[in-house]
Amino acid sequence: MQIEAIQEEIVDEFSMFDDWMQRYEYMIELGKSLPKISDEFKTDDHLIKGCQSKVWVHADMEDGKVVFTADSDAIITKGIIGILIRAFSNQKPADILSAKTDFIDEIGLKEHLSPTRANGLVSMIKQLKLYALAYQAKIES
Amino acid sequence: MHPMLNVAEIRKDFPILGRQVHGQPLVYLDNAATSQTPQQVIDVIVDYYSRYNANIHRGVHSLSQEATDAYEKARITIQKHFNIQHSHEVIMTSGTTHGINMVASGFTSFLNPGDEIWVSAMEHHSNIVPWQMLCERTGAELRVIPMNTTGELVLQPFYEELSERTQLVFCNHISNALGTINPIEEIIEAAHEVGAAVLIDGAQAAPHIKADLQALDVDFYTISAHKICGPTGVGALYGKTEWLEKLPPYQGGGEMIAEVSFEKTTYAGLPHKFEAGTPNICGGIAFGAALDYLNAIGMDRIAAYETELLQYATSELLKINGLRIYGEGTNKTSVISFNLEGIHPYDVGTLLDQMGIAVRTGHHCAQPIMDFYQIPGTVRASFAFYNTLSEVDRLVEGVKKAAQMLS
Ligand SMILES: Cc1ncc(COP(=O)(O)O)c(C=O)c1O
Repeated sequence: MQIEAIQEEIVDEFSMFDDWMQRYEYMIELGKSLPKISDEFKTDDHLIKGCQSKVWVHADMEDGKVVFTADSDAIITKGIIGILIRAFSNQKPADILSAKTDFIDEIGLKEHLSPTRANGLVSMIKQLKLYALAYQAKIES
Repeated sequence: MHPMLNVAEIRKDFPILGRQVHGQPLVYLDNAATSQTPQQVIDVIVDYYSRYNANIHRGVHSLSQEATDAYEKARITIQKHFNIQHSHEVIMTSGTTHGINMVASGFTSFLNPGDEIWVSAMEHHSNIVPWQMLCERTGAELRVIPMNTTGELVLQPFYEELSERTQLVFCNHISNALGTINPIEEIIEAAHEVGAAVLIDGAQAAPHIKADLQALDVDFYTISAHKICGPTGVGALYGKTEWLEKLPPYQGGGEMIAEVSFEKTTYAGLPHKFEAGTPNICGGIAFGAALDYLNAIGMDRIAAYETELLQYATSELLKINGLRIYGEGTNKTSVISFNLEGIHPYDVGTLLDQMGIAVRTGHHCAQPIMDFYQIPGTVRASFAFYNTLSEVDRLVEGVKKAAQMLS
Protein backbone atom coordinates (compact mmCIF):
# COMPACT_ATOMS: atom_id res chain seq x y z
CA MET A 1 0.00 0.00 0.00
CA GLN A 2 1.13 3.56 -0.71
CA ILE A 3 2.15 5.75 2.18
CA GLU A 4 -0.70 8.13 1.51
CA ALA A 5 -3.28 5.34 1.59
CA ILE A 6 -1.91 4.00 4.86
CA GLN A 7 -2.02 7.46 6.37
CA GLU A 8 -5.65 7.84 5.30
CA GLU A 9 -6.42 4.50 6.88
CA ILE A 10 -4.85 5.62 10.17
CA VAL A 11 -6.78 8.89 10.08
CA ASP A 12 -9.98 6.92 9.51
CA GLU A 13 -9.29 4.66 12.44
CA PHE A 14 -8.67 7.57 14.76
CA SER A 15 -11.76 9.43 13.60
CA MET A 16 -13.90 6.66 15.11
CA PHE A 17 -12.93 7.66 18.63
CA ASP A 18 -14.91 10.33 20.35
CA ASP A 19 -12.83 10.83 23.43
CA TRP A 20 -9.19 11.04 24.37
CA MET A 21 -9.29 7.86 26.44
CA GLN A 22 -10.23 5.71 23.48
CA ARG A 23 -7.59 7.42 21.41
CA TYR A 24 -4.88 6.75 23.98
CA GLU A 25 -6.05 3.23 24.67
CA TYR A 26 -5.72 2.56 20.96
CA MET A 27 -2.24 4.08 20.89
CA ILE A 28 -1.24 1.88 23.81
CA GLU A 29 -2.52 -1.14 21.84
CA LEU A 30 -0.54 -0.05 18.80
CA GLY A 31 2.51 0.29 21.01
CA LYS A 32 2.18 -3.32 22.03
CA SER A 33 2.20 -4.51 18.41
CA LEU A 34 5.18 -2.41 17.36
CA PRO A 35 7.72 -4.25 15.14
CA LYS A 36 10.39 -4.67 17.80
CA ILE A 37 13.99 -3.65 17.21
CA SER A 38 16.38 -6.47 18.03
CA ASP A 39 18.27 -5.99 21.27
CA GLU A 40 21.65 -5.67 19.56
CA PHE A 41 20.47 -2.36 18.08
CA LYS A 42 19.18 -0.89 21.34
CA THR A 43 22.33 1.16 21.65
CA ASP A 44 23.01 4.85 22.10
CA ASP A 45 23.61 5.42 18.40
CA HIS A 46 20.08 4.18 17.68
CA LEU A 47 18.60 6.51 20.26
CA ILE A 48 16.56 9.50 19.09
CA LYS A 49 17.46 12.76 20.78
CA GLY A 50 14.77 15.17 21.91
CA CYS A 51 12.37 12.73 23.55
CA GLN A 52 11.77 12.55 27.30
CA SER A 53 11.43 8.81 27.01
CA LYS A 54 13.94 6.64 25.20
CA VAL A 55 13.23 5.73 21.58
CA TRP A 56 15.44 3.44 19.54
CA VAL A 57 14.99 3.07 15.79
CA HIS A 58 16.73 0.79 13.34
CA ALA A 59 16.38 0.53 9.57
CA ASP A 60 17.19 -2.25 7.10
CA MET A 61 16.89 -2.45 3.34
CA GLU A 62 14.89 -5.36 1.93
CA ASP A 63 14.07 -5.62 -1.81
CA GLY A 64 14.61 -1.92 -2.32
CA LYS A 65 12.36 -0.99 0.59
CA VAL A 66 13.23 0.42 3.99
CA VAL A 67 12.06 -1.69 6.92
CA PHE A 68 11.94 0.02 10.30
CA THR A 69 11.96 -1.53 13.74
CA ALA A 70 11.83 0.39 17.01
CA ASP A 71 11.22 0.33 20.73
CA SER A 72 10.70 2.73 23.61
CA ASP A 73 10.70 2.53 27.39
CA ALA A 74 7.38 4.42 27.49
CA ILE A 75 4.31 2.75 26.08
CA ILE A 76 2.56 5.81 24.63
CA THR A 77 5.79 6.71 22.87
CA LYS A 78 5.84 3.17 21.51
CA GLY A 79 2.37 3.79 20.13
CA ILE A 80 3.48 6.97 18.42
CA ILE A 81 6.56 5.48 16.83
CA GLY A 82 4.37 2.49 15.93
CA ILE A 83 2.02 4.76 14.00
CA LEU A 84 4.93 6.37 12.17
CA ILE A 85 6.48 3.02 11.30
CA ARG A 86 3.18 1.70 10.03
CA ALA A 87 3.06 4.65 7.63
CA PHE A 88 6.70 4.60 6.52
CA SER A 89 7.99 1.05 6.80
CA ASN A 90 8.22 -1.23 3.77
CA GLN A 91 8.39 1.74 1.42
CA LYS A 92 10.91 2.92 -1.14
CA PRO A 93 13.37 5.51 0.22
CA ALA A 94 12.27 8.09 -2.36
CA ASP A 95 8.62 7.69 -1.31
CA ILE A 96 9.49 8.08 2.38
CA LEU A 97 11.46 11.21 1.58
CA SER A 98 8.64 12.84 -0.35
CA ALA A 99 5.86 11.75 2.04
CA LYS A 100 3.88 14.41 3.86
CA THR A 101 3.30 14.17 7.60
CA ASP A 102 0.06 16.16 7.92
CA PHE A 103 -1.76 13.06 9.08
CA ILE A 104 -0.14 13.51 12.50
CA ASP A 105 -2.13 16.70 12.95
CA GLU A 106 -5.26 15.06 11.61
CA ILE A 107 -5.23 12.31 14.20
CA GLY A 108 -4.90 14.98 16.86
CA LEU A 109 -1.52 13.82 18.04
CA LYS A 110 0.47 16.98 17.72
CA GLU A 111 -2.20 19.10 19.35
CA HIS A 112 -2.72 16.70 22.22
CA LEU A 113 0.87 16.09 23.12
CA SER A 114 2.99 18.27 25.32
CA PRO A 115 5.64 20.45 23.67
CA THR A 116 8.49 18.15 24.67
CA ARG A 117 6.60 15.20 23.31
CA ALA A 118 5.76 17.08 20.14
CA ASN A 119 9.44 17.77 19.74
CA GLY A 120 10.05 14.10 20.18
CA LEU A 121 7.58 13.43 17.41
CA VAL A 122 9.39 15.82 15.12
CA SER A 123 12.71 14.16 15.96
CA MET A 124 11.22 10.74 15.21
CA ILE A 125 9.99 11.80 11.78
CA LYS A 126 13.33 13.40 11.06
CA GLN A 127 15.17 10.23 12.02
CA LEU A 128 13.00 8.02 9.76
CA LYS A 129 13.58 10.40 6.87
CA LEU A 130 17.32 10.45 7.56
CA TYR A 131 17.45 6.68 7.25
CA ALA A 132 15.55 6.94 3.97
CA LEU A 133 17.96 9.59 2.77
CA ALA A 134 20.95 7.39 3.57
CA TYR A 135 19.48 4.46 1.65
CA GLN A 136 18.51 6.71 -1.25
CA ALA A 137 22.11 7.94 -1.45
CA LYS A 138 23.27 4.32 -1.53
CA ILE A 139 20.95 3.50 -4.39
CA GLU A 140 22.13 6.48 -6.40
CA SER A 141 25.83 5.89 -5.84
CA MET B 1 -14.02 27.07 55.00
CA HIS B 2 -10.74 25.50 55.99
CA PRO B 3 -9.77 26.31 59.60
CA MET B 4 -6.28 27.41 58.60
CA LEU B 5 -6.84 29.14 55.28
CA ASN B 6 -9.82 30.40 53.37
CA VAL B 7 -8.66 28.58 50.25
CA ALA B 8 -11.84 29.27 48.30
CA GLU B 9 -11.24 33.01 48.71
CA ILE B 10 -7.53 32.69 47.96
CA ARG B 11 -8.26 30.83 44.72
CA LYS B 12 -10.23 33.81 43.48
CA ASP B 13 -6.97 35.78 43.50
CA PHE B 14 -5.52 33.49 40.83
CA PRO B 15 -7.26 33.99 37.47
CA ILE B 16 -5.37 31.10 35.86
CA LEU B 17 -6.88 28.58 38.29
CA GLY B 18 -10.25 29.17 36.66
CA ARG B 19 -9.19 27.92 33.26
CA GLN B 20 -9.83 24.61 31.62
CA VAL B 21 -7.36 22.19 30.08
CA HIS B 22 -8.59 19.57 27.63
CA GLY B 23 -12.11 20.48 28.61
CA GLN B 24 -11.58 19.93 32.33
CA PRO B 25 -10.95 22.35 35.19
CA LEU B 26 -7.20 22.77 35.56
CA VAL B 27 -5.55 21.07 38.54
CA TYR B 28 -2.18 22.79 38.75
CA LEU B 29 0.32 20.63 40.62
CA ASP B 30 3.58 21.84 39.12
CA ASN B 31 4.24 24.52 41.68
CA ALA B 32 7.83 23.45 42.28
CA ALA B 33 8.58 24.37 38.67
CA THR B 34 6.82 27.70 38.86
CA SER B 35 4.02 29.10 40.99
CA GLN B 36 0.96 30.92 39.72
CA THR B 37 0.53 34.67 39.97
CA PRO B 38 -2.22 36.37 41.97
CA GLN B 39 -4.19 39.30 40.56
CA GLN B 40 -2.58 41.58 43.17
CA VAL B 41 0.83 40.95 41.57
CA ILE B 42 -0.53 41.13 38.02
CA ASP B 43 -2.04 44.52 38.92
CA VAL B 44 1.35 45.79 40.10
CA ILE B 45 2.89 44.76 36.77
CA VAL B 46 0.13 46.46 34.77
CA ASP B 47 0.31 49.56 36.96
CA TYR B 48 4.06 49.85 36.45
CA TYR B 49 3.82 49.83 32.65
CA SER B 50 0.67 51.95 32.67
CA ARG B 51 1.84 54.68 35.00
CA TYR B 52 5.54 54.94 35.80
CA ASN B 53 7.72 52.86 33.48
CA ALA B 54 11.14 54.57 33.50
CA ASN B 55 14.78 53.73 33.94
CA ILE B 56 15.97 53.85 37.52
CA HIS B 57 18.88 55.36 39.42
CA ARG B 58 19.70 57.81 36.64
CA GLY B 59 16.83 60.13 35.80
CA VAL B 60 16.05 63.47 37.40
CA HIS B 61 12.47 63.30 36.24
CA SER B 62 9.52 62.20 38.35
CA LEU B 63 8.79 58.90 36.61
CA SER B 64 12.35 57.75 37.10
CA GLN B 65 12.17 58.76 40.74
CA GLU B 66 8.91 56.87 41.26
CA ALA B 67 10.26 53.77 39.58
CA THR B 68 13.49 53.96 41.61
CA ASP B 69 11.54 54.34 44.85
CA ALA B 70 9.31 51.37 44.05
CA TYR B 71 12.28 49.22 43.07
CA GLU B 72 14.24 50.10 46.19
CA LYS B 73 11.15 49.52 48.29
CA ALA B 74 10.99 46.00 46.89
CA ARG B 75 14.60 45.46 47.94
CA ILE B 76 13.64 46.45 51.50
CA THR B 77 10.66 44.09 51.41
CA ILE B 78 13.02 41.26 50.48
CA GLN B 79 15.44 42.35 53.20
CA LYS B 80 12.74 42.34 55.88
CA HIS B 81 11.18 39.09 54.71
CA PHE B 82 14.44 37.18 55.07
CA ASN B 83 15.60 39.15 58.12
CA ILE B 84 18.68 40.45 56.33
CA GLN B 85 20.77 43.00 58.22
CA HIS B 86 21.44 45.51 55.44
CA SER B 87 19.47 46.26 52.29
CA HIS B 88 22.74 46.49 50.32
CA GLU B 89 23.19 42.79 51.02
CA VAL B 90 20.25 42.09 48.70
CA ILE B 91 21.52 41.81 45.12
CA MET B 92 18.75 41.78 42.54
CA THR B 93 19.32 38.99 39.99
CA SER B 94 17.51 37.29 37.16
CA GLY B 95 16.96 34.29 39.43
CA THR B 96 18.67 31.58 41.40
CA THR B 97 20.85 30.45 38.50
CA HIS B 98 22.19 33.98 38.09
CA GLY B 99 22.95 34.29 41.81
CA ILE B 100 24.82 30.99 41.87
CA ASN B 101 26.89 31.92 38.85
CA MET B 102 27.73 35.26 40.42
CA VAL B 103 29.21 33.55 43.47
CA ALA B 104 30.91 30.78 41.47
CA SER B 105 32.52 33.31 39.17
CA GLY B 106 33.56 35.53 42.08
CA PHE B 107 35.34 32.66 43.84
CA THR B 108 37.66 32.09 40.88
CA SER B 109 40.29 34.40 42.31
CA PHE B 110 40.05 32.87 45.82
CA LEU B 111 40.67 29.25 44.92
CA ASN B 112 43.88 27.30 44.37
CA PRO B 113 44.66 23.77 43.23
CA GLY B 114 44.03 21.41 46.11
CA ASP B 115 41.15 23.45 47.52
CA GLU B 116 37.77 21.75 47.82
CA ILE B 117 34.19 22.67 47.06
CA TRP B 118 31.43 20.47 48.48
CA VAL B 119 28.02 20.14 46.89
CA SER B 120 25.18 17.87 47.93
CA ALA B 121 24.10 14.82 45.95
CA MET B 122 20.63 16.31 45.52
CA GLU B 123 21.40 19.39 43.53
CA HIS B 124 19.55 20.73 40.55
CA HIS B 125 22.06 19.57 37.91
CA SER B 126 22.26 22.93 36.20
CA ASN B 127 23.57 24.18 39.55
CA ILE B 128 26.36 21.62 39.64
CA VAL B 129 27.76 22.95 36.38
CA PRO B 130 28.92 26.38 37.70
CA TRP B 131 30.95 24.55 40.38
CA GLN B 132 32.44 22.14 37.86
CA MET B 133 33.43 25.11 35.74
CA LEU B 134 34.91 26.84 38.78
CA CYS B 135 36.94 23.70 39.56
CA GLU B 136 38.18 23.56 35.97
CA ARG B 137 39.30 27.19 36.14
CA THR B 138 41.06 26.89 39.48
CA GLY B 139 42.16 23.28 39.91
CA ALA B 140 39.97 22.91 42.99
CA GLU B 141 38.26 19.58 43.61
CA LEU B 142 34.50 18.97 43.68
CA ARG B 143 33.34 16.74 46.56
CA VAL B 144 29.84 15.37 47.06
CA ILE B 145 27.78 15.02 50.26
CA PRO B 146 26.05 11.67 49.65
CA MET B 147 22.39 10.77 50.16
CA ASN B 148 20.53 7.64 51.30
CA THR B 149 17.57 5.80 49.77
CA THR B 150 15.11 7.67 51.97
CA GLY B 151 16.21 10.78 50.12
CA GLU B 152 18.15 12.42 52.94
CA LEU B 153 21.71 13.70 53.04
CA VAL B 154 24.27 11.62 54.89
CA LEU B 155 26.47 14.13 56.68
CA GLN B 156 29.01 11.83 58.34
CA PRO B 157 31.50 11.60 55.41
CA PHE B 158 31.24 15.36 54.99
CA TYR B 159 31.96 15.98 58.68
CA GLU B 160 34.89 13.58 58.59
CA GLU B 161 36.56 14.94 55.49
CA LEU B 162 35.89 18.61 55.90
CA SER B 163 39.20 20.47 56.32
CA GLU B 164 40.89 23.83 55.88
CA ARG B 165 41.13 22.92 52.20
CA THR B 166 37.35 23.31 51.97
CA GLN B 167 36.62 26.80 50.70
CA LEU B 168 32.97 26.61 49.78
CA VAL B 169 29.92 24.45 50.46
CA PHE B 170 26.83 24.53 48.25
CA CYS B 171 23.55 22.88 49.11
CA ASN B 172 19.90 23.42 48.38
CA HIS B 173 17.68 24.23 51.33
CA ILE B 174 15.00 22.00 49.85
CA SER B 175 15.43 19.49 47.04
CA ASN B 176 13.22 20.22 44.04
CA ALA B 177 13.06 16.57 43.02
CA LEU B 178 12.33 15.04 46.43
CA GLY B 179 11.02 17.81 48.64
CA THR B 180 13.51 16.97 51.39
CA ILE B 181 14.32 19.84 53.76
CA ASN B 182 18.07 19.61 54.22
CA PRO B 183 19.79 20.18 57.59
CA ILE B 184 21.41 23.39 56.47
CA GLU B 185 21.95 24.66 60.03
CA GLU B 186 24.33 21.77 60.71
CA ILE B 187 26.01 22.15 57.32
CA ILE B 188 26.59 25.87 57.82
CA GLU B 189 27.97 25.37 61.32
CA ALA B 190 30.36 22.60 60.26
CA ALA B 191 31.57 24.57 57.24
CA HIS B 192 32.20 27.68 59.31
CA GLU B 193 34.31 25.70 61.76
CA VAL B 194 36.86 25.16 58.98
CA GLY B 195 36.45 28.68 57.62
CA ALA B 196 34.50 27.72 54.48
CA ALA B 197 31.78 29.90 52.99
CA VAL B 198 28.29 28.47 52.45
CA LEU B 199 25.87 29.20 49.62
CA ILE B 200 22.36 27.86 50.13
CA ASP B 201 20.02 27.58 47.15
CA GLY B 202 16.69 28.67 48.57
CA ALA B 203 14.72 28.42 45.32
CA GLN B 204 12.47 25.63 46.62
CA ALA B 205 12.44 26.74 50.23
CA ALA B 206 11.17 30.28 49.74
CA PRO B 207 7.58 29.21 48.91
CA HIS B 208 7.30 27.22 52.14
CA ILE B 209 9.76 28.59 54.69
CA LYS B 210 10.51 32.14 55.74
CA ALA B 211 14.24 31.72 56.28
CA ASP B 212 15.87 33.98 58.88
CA LEU B 213 19.19 34.56 57.18
CA GLN B 214 20.84 36.28 60.13
CA ALA B 215 19.93 33.44 62.47
CA LEU B 216 21.14 30.91 59.89
CA ASP B 217 24.42 32.84 59.65
CA VAL B 218 24.63 31.75 56.01
CA ASP B 219 27.09 33.54 53.71
CA PHE B 220 24.99 33.49 50.54
CA TYR B 221 21.37 32.55 49.81
CA THR B 222 19.56 32.63 46.47
CA ILE B 223 15.90 32.80 45.50
CA SER B 224 13.74 33.07 42.37
CA ALA B 225 10.59 35.22 42.41
CA HIS B 226 8.69 32.90 40.07
CA LYS B 227 8.51 30.17 42.70
CA ILE B 228 6.82 32.50 45.19
CA CYS B 229 3.95 33.97 43.15
CA GLY B 230 6.18 36.57 41.47
CA PRO B 231 7.18 36.93 37.82
CA THR B 232 9.80 34.88 35.97
CA GLY B 233 13.31 36.13 35.30
CA VAL B 234 13.88 37.94 38.58
CA GLY B 235 15.31 36.90 41.91
CA ALA B 236 17.72 37.87 44.62
CA LEU B 237 21.10 36.87 45.97
CA TYR B 238 21.81 37.55 49.60
CA GLY B 239 25.46 37.92 50.54
CA LYS B 240 27.12 38.96 53.78
CA THR B 241 28.67 42.41 53.41
CA GLU B 242 32.22 41.18 53.97
CA TRP B 243 31.86 38.60 51.21
CA LEU B 244 30.20 40.99 48.77
CA GLU B 245 33.00 43.49 49.32
CA LYS B 246 35.66 40.86 48.70
CA LEU B 247 33.99 39.37 45.63
CA PRO B 248 34.87 40.98 42.28
CA PRO B 249 31.98 42.26 40.13
CA TYR B 250 30.33 39.67 37.92
CA GLN B 251 29.53 41.78 34.87
CA GLY B 252 30.72 45.14 33.67
CA GLY B 253 28.24 47.77 32.52
CA GLY B 254 26.10 50.71 33.47
CA GLU B 255 24.86 51.07 37.08
CA MET B 256 27.85 49.18 38.53
CA ILE B 257 30.47 51.90 38.21
CA ALA B 258 31.36 55.00 40.19
CA GLU B 259 33.83 56.63 37.82
CA VAL B 260 35.02 55.58 34.40
CA SER B 261 37.97 56.69 32.35
CA PHE B 262 39.95 54.68 29.85
CA GLU B 263 42.72 54.32 32.42
CA LYS B 264 40.72 53.21 35.39
CA THR B 265 37.20 52.49 36.56
CA THR B 266 36.09 52.51 40.16
CA TYR B 267 33.18 50.35 41.03
CA ALA B 268 30.02 51.52 42.65
CA GLY B 269 29.29 50.46 46.21
CA LEU B 270 26.97 47.63 47.20
CA PRO B 271 24.58 46.48 45.91
CA HIS B 272 25.17 48.27 42.59
CA LYS B 273 28.59 46.71 42.06
CA PHE B 274 26.73 43.49 41.18
CA GLU B 275 23.85 45.05 39.28
CA ALA B 276 25.26 46.00 35.89
CA GLY B 277 22.84 47.28 33.26
CA THR B 278 19.15 48.10 33.42
CA PRO B 279 17.57 45.48 35.65
CA ASN B 280 14.16 43.83 35.43
CA ILE B 281 12.60 46.86 37.12
CA CYS B 282 8.99 45.81 36.83
CA GLY B 283 9.89 42.26 37.84
CA GLY B 284 11.71 43.49 40.93
CA ILE B 285 8.76 45.60 42.00
CA ALA B 286 6.37 42.69 41.40
CA PHE B 287 8.71 40.42 43.39
CA GLY B 288 8.18 42.71 46.37
CA ALA B 289 4.43 42.65 45.79
CA ALA B 290 4.48 38.84 45.75
CA LEU B 291 6.17 38.76 49.16
CA ASP B 292 3.62 41.24 50.47
CA TYR B 293 0.87 38.96 49.18
CA LEU B 294 2.31 35.88 50.90
CA ASN B 295 2.94 37.73 54.14
CA ALA B 296 -0.62 39.00 54.21
CA ILE B 297 -1.73 35.36 54.23
CA GLY B 298 1.06 34.34 56.58
CA MET B 299 3.93 31.99 55.80
CA ASP B 300 3.24 29.90 58.91
CA ARG B 301 -0.34 29.28 57.91
CA ILE B 302 0.74 28.50 54.36
CA ALA B 303 3.25 25.95 55.62
CA ALA B 304 0.78 24.34 58.01
CA TYR B 305 -1.87 24.00 55.31
CA GLU B 306 0.62 22.63 52.77
CA THR B 307 1.71 20.02 55.32
CA GLU B 308 -1.89 18.90 55.58
CA LEU B 309 -2.12 18.64 51.75
CA LEU B 310 1.13 16.66 51.72
CA GLN B 311 0.01 14.21 54.38
CA TYR B 312 -3.35 13.63 52.78
CA ALA B 313 -1.87 13.20 49.28
CA THR B 314 0.88 10.90 50.55
CA SER B 315 -1.50 8.57 52.37
CA GLU B 316 -4.00 8.49 49.50
CA LEU B 317 -1.36 7.89 46.82
CA LEU B 318 0.28 5.11 48.83
CA LYS B 319 -3.02 3.21 48.74
CA ILE B 320 -2.46 2.70 45.00
CA ASN B 321 -0.93 -0.67 44.17
CA GLY B 322 2.68 -0.54 43.03
CA LEU B 323 3.13 3.16 43.72
CA ARG B 324 6.45 4.17 45.21
CA ILE B 325 7.30 7.60 46.58
CA TYR B 326 10.88 8.89 46.30
CA GLY B 327 11.84 11.17 49.16
CA GLU B 328 10.44 9.64 52.32
CA GLY B 329 12.28 11.79 54.82
CA THR B 330 10.26 12.99 57.77
CA ASN B 331 11.24 16.58 57.14
CA LYS B 332 9.84 17.51 53.74
CA THR B 333 7.66 20.01 51.93
CA SER B 334 4.64 19.50 49.72
CA VAL B 335 6.43 17.76 46.87
CA ILE B 336 5.67 14.14 45.98
CA SER B 337 7.88 12.37 43.49
CA PHE B 338 6.56 8.95 42.58
CA ASN B 339 6.44 6.12 40.07
CA LEU B 340 4.06 3.30 39.31
CA GLU B 341 5.85 -0.02 39.16
CA GLY B 342 6.84 -0.95 35.62
CA ILE B 343 5.31 2.19 34.11
CA HIS B 344 7.26 5.06 32.59
CA PRO B 345 6.61 8.39 34.37
CA TYR B 346 6.11 10.04 31.01
CA ASP B 347 3.11 7.85 30.22
CA VAL B 348 1.51 8.76 33.53
CA GLY B 349 2.14 12.49 33.03
CA THR B 350 0.75 12.41 29.49
CA LEU B 351 -2.49 10.78 30.61
CA LEU B 352 -2.83 13.09 33.63
CA ASP B 353 -2.49 16.05 31.28
CA GLN B 354 -5.43 14.71 29.30
CA MET B 355 -7.41 14.83 32.53
CA GLY B 356 -6.47 18.48 33.09
CA ILE B 357 -3.91 17.67 35.79
CA ALA B 358 -0.55 19.41 35.43
CA VAL B 359 2.39 17.52 36.93
CA ARG B 360 6.02 17.39 35.99
CA THR B 361 7.64 14.25 34.66
CA GLY B 362 11.26 13.48 33.98
CA HIS B 363 14.48 13.89 35.90
CA HIS B 364 13.55 17.35 37.28
CA CYS B 365 17.03 18.64 36.45
CA ALA B 366 18.36 16.29 39.09
CA GLN B 367 19.94 13.57 36.98
CA PRO B 368 22.28 12.45 39.79
CA ILE B 369 19.27 11.63 42.00
CA MET B 370 17.64 9.60 39.20
CA ASP B 371 20.93 7.78 38.63
CA PHE B 372 21.07 7.08 42.36
CA TYR B 373 17.66 5.39 42.27
CA GLN B 374 18.36 3.94 38.79
CA ILE B 375 15.14 5.28 37.31
CA PRO B 376 14.57 7.36 34.16
CA GLY B 377 12.61 9.93 36.14
CA THR B 378 9.56 10.36 38.31
CA VAL B 379 6.13 11.93 38.23
CA ARG B 380 6.23 14.94 40.51
CA ALA B 381 3.17 16.55 42.03
CA SER B 382 3.98 19.70 43.97
CA PHE B 383 1.33 21.53 45.96
CA ALA B 384 0.83 25.17 46.81
CA PHE B 385 -1.43 26.84 49.36
CA TYR B 386 -4.07 27.45 46.66
CA ASN B 387 -4.47 23.73 45.99
CA THR B 388 -7.35 21.89 47.63
CA LEU B 389 -8.01 18.49 49.12
CA SER B 390 -10.46 17.79 46.30
CA GLU B 391 -7.68 18.49 43.80
CA VAL B 392 -5.64 15.86 45.62
CA ASP B 393 -8.60 13.52 45.08
CA ARG B 394 -8.58 14.30 41.37
CA LEU B 395 -4.87 13.52 41.22
CA VAL B 396 -5.36 10.20 43.00
CA GLU B 397 -8.27 9.27 40.73
CA GLY B 398 -6.20 10.31 37.72
CA VAL B 399 -3.24 8.19 38.73
CA LYS B 400 -5.54 5.21 39.29
CA LYS B 401 -7.07 5.66 35.85
CA ALA B 402 -3.61 6.00 34.26
CA ALA B 403 -2.41 2.87 36.05
CA GLN B 404 -5.42 0.97 34.74
CA MET B 405 -4.90 2.17 31.17
CA LEU B 406 -1.17 1.52 31.14
CA SER B 407 -0.93 -1.89 32.72
C1 LIG C 1 16.46 23.89 43.73
C2 LIG C 1 16.46 24.78 42.53
N1 LIG C 1 17.54 25.55 42.28
C3 LIG C 1 17.57 26.38 41.22
C4 LIG C 1 16.54 26.47 40.33
C5 LIG C 1 16.67 27.36 39.15
O1 LIG C 1 15.94 28.52 39.31
P1 LIG C 1 15.87 29.60 38.14
O2 LIG C 1 15.57 28.83 36.90
O3 LIG C 1 14.78 30.52 38.55
O4 LIG C 1 17.21 30.26 38.07
C6 LIG C 1 15.39 25.71 40.56
C7 LIG C 1 14.23 25.82 39.64
O5 LIG C 1 13.80 24.92 39.00
C8 LIG C 1 15.36 24.84 41.67
O6 LIG C 1 14.29 24.08 41.92
